[in-house]
Amino acid sequence: MAGLTLASPSAERRTFSPWRETWRRYRRHQLAVISAVLLLVLVVAVVFGPFLWRVGINEIDFNARLEGPSLAHPFGTDDLGQDILARMIYGGRISLAVGLAAMMVSVIVGTLIGALAGMSRGALGHGLMWLTDLFLSLPQLPLLLLLIYLFRDGLKAVFGPEGGIFILIVLVIGGLRWMPVARLVRAQFLSLREKEFVEAARALGASPVRQVVRHILPNALGPVIIAGTIDVAAAIIAESTLSFLGLGFPPDTPTWGRLLFDAKDYLDIAAHWALFPGGAIFVAVVAINFIGDGLRDALDARRVI
Amino acid sequence: MSQYILRRLLIAVPSLLGISLVLFVVLALAPGDPFSELATNPNVPPEVGAALRAKFGLDDPIYLRYVHWLSAMVQGDWGFSFVSRMNVGALILQRVPVTLYVIGSAQLLALVIAIPIGVYAAMRPYSLFDQVANTLAFIGFSLPTFFTGLLFILVFSVKLDWLPFVYTTDIKGTGIAWLGEQIRQAIMPVMVLGLFQAASMTRFVRSAVLDVIRLDYVTTARAKGLGQATVIVKHVLRNAMIPVVTLIALQIPAVFGGAIVTEQIFRIPGIGSLLISSILANDTPVVMAVTFVFAGLVVLFNLIADVLYGWLDPRISLR
Repeated sequence: MAGLTLASPSAERRTFSPWRETWRRYRRHQLAVISAVLLLVLVVAVVFGPFLWRVGINEIDFNARLEGPSLAHPFGTDDLGQDILARMIYGGRISLAVGLAAMMVSVIVGTLIGALAGMSRGALGHGLMWLTDLFLSLPQLPLLLLLIYLFRDGLKAVFGPEGGIFILIVLVIGGLRWMPVARLVRAQFLSLREKEFVEAARALGASPVRQVVRHILPNALGPVIIAGTIDVAAAIIAESTLSFLGLGFPPDTPTWGRLLFDAKDYLDIAAHWALFPGGAIFVAVVAINFIGDGLRDALDARRVI
Repeated sequence: MSQYILRRLLIAVPSLLGISLVLFVVLALAPGDPFSELATNPNVPPEVGAALRAKFGLDDPIYLRYVHWLSAMVQGDWGFSFVSRMNVGALILQRVPVTLYVIGSAQLLALVIAIPIGVYAAMRPYSLFDQVANTLAFIGFSLPTFFTGLLFILVFSVKLDWLPFVYTTDIKGTGIAWLGEQIRQAIMPVMVLGLFQAASMTRFVRSAVLDVIRLDYVTTARAKGLGQATVIVKHVLRNAMIPVVTLIALQIPAVFGGAIVTEQIFRIPGIGSLLISSILANDTPVVMAVTFVFAGLVVLFNLIADVLYGWLDPRISLR
């Protein structure tokens, strides 16, 4: 039994599970940790806010028009005397939900197309990559505006004004942002499918689907998670841009971009009206981007310098 | 080189065709029929409606309609804007120069900011300068253009009253005064777009230079006794710019998105604000044409990037 004892106690290295190892590396990026806390606060505020701050989003009070921040209205009021904090909590739910849902669409579509292109060795792969490059050279915002302009009324009739626009915006934003994910997944697949462990699985008779789902995909997920995180931020910006141009959600739905759109004509007398929602968009986006950066440090083991 | 440019031109044609196909399919799938009013109008007999439909080819199979639409677009017949009461082609031609002027100056500003900062940060990786630049760049591209635009207006127009926040085409005055006013009113839009671009470009430049600066040929150049400036400008930068050009080309669609927002905030009469106003006015021919022009501009700038690419790295054009 002597042969099994370790030569010295110092050779005994503490090992961590992959998740703990990731967390350990993530923690080193200070700004990413601060951002994660900030985003958590934002999400909690938006989800539980309405239970604590019981002011209606449509309560009109003409005695308190365009008032600056006060105890009664911490973020001030707009031109109809509506409480901006209550409206921002409601709008934040929509903005964050659009960001998450659109990211899901883009990651699913991108992973599917990237996986297909990465596994096929023939014309299919080339065709899919040509399609990806074509989509990459489409001007996204004009196309987004065009699609919403053309399909808005049809979906509104089927799913109601808010639901229809939500589905449309999520599908269109997600549908125009899958290309980077597809490229990443394809690149990962091309190198992973030649690795020994995949060859071993193939030799053992694993079907292509099993090879992909059990062996290749889990190893290709790192870059996808990073790209997905950044997609959430991009989708939030895209939705806010649409609302800011007056072409997103219906006018009475106070998304953050819509609040800015309404506030932009009152900049000289009520700057707070624009600063709070704009600040919220900025905080959400910068926090998500920093989290993505931290995840890159934590998940991408091959980073050199 | 000329053969390489020709090959790139030939590759651009299918992508333009692909984009036109995407646009046409979107339009064809969209609900709504230009002749739906005729069908419900009791004063128009159904035969007349049907004859009109046949005359404009609305009952043709879809591929024929695509060919008709495409040949009309190629011949410059882009339709008639019912809101502006003029030909769409003429309307767009009026607006394009302003957009290109704003985007071009912004891109120039971004390069002027991004290249020195990116190179300097890469020469001293993880130094204080690098960290500050990196953090600022992160904040810069997380700030959406519509918010920076409003902030600029708030600070420079409302509070300080230095710059005008509405862009006008009919400036009074001539000569130097006219030029000064022209530059003054472009400062804010160009800054908003340029700073946003500079933020992501700085990161590209930094990482590209960082990849190149450790290569052996750079050490050789230093060992020969060349000065720091010569090594960086002549040896490092030229090779580092190759991936940067690609990344900038990939950013071009986003630049146009930013231009639409900026034009809308500062009321610049470019094609971006034309797109928004025609969407709000339901002016379909203009909306389609402007989207197509944006797509064409993206392809054009990708082509320019390809040519630049061949010039920076002659190996590519030989392949």
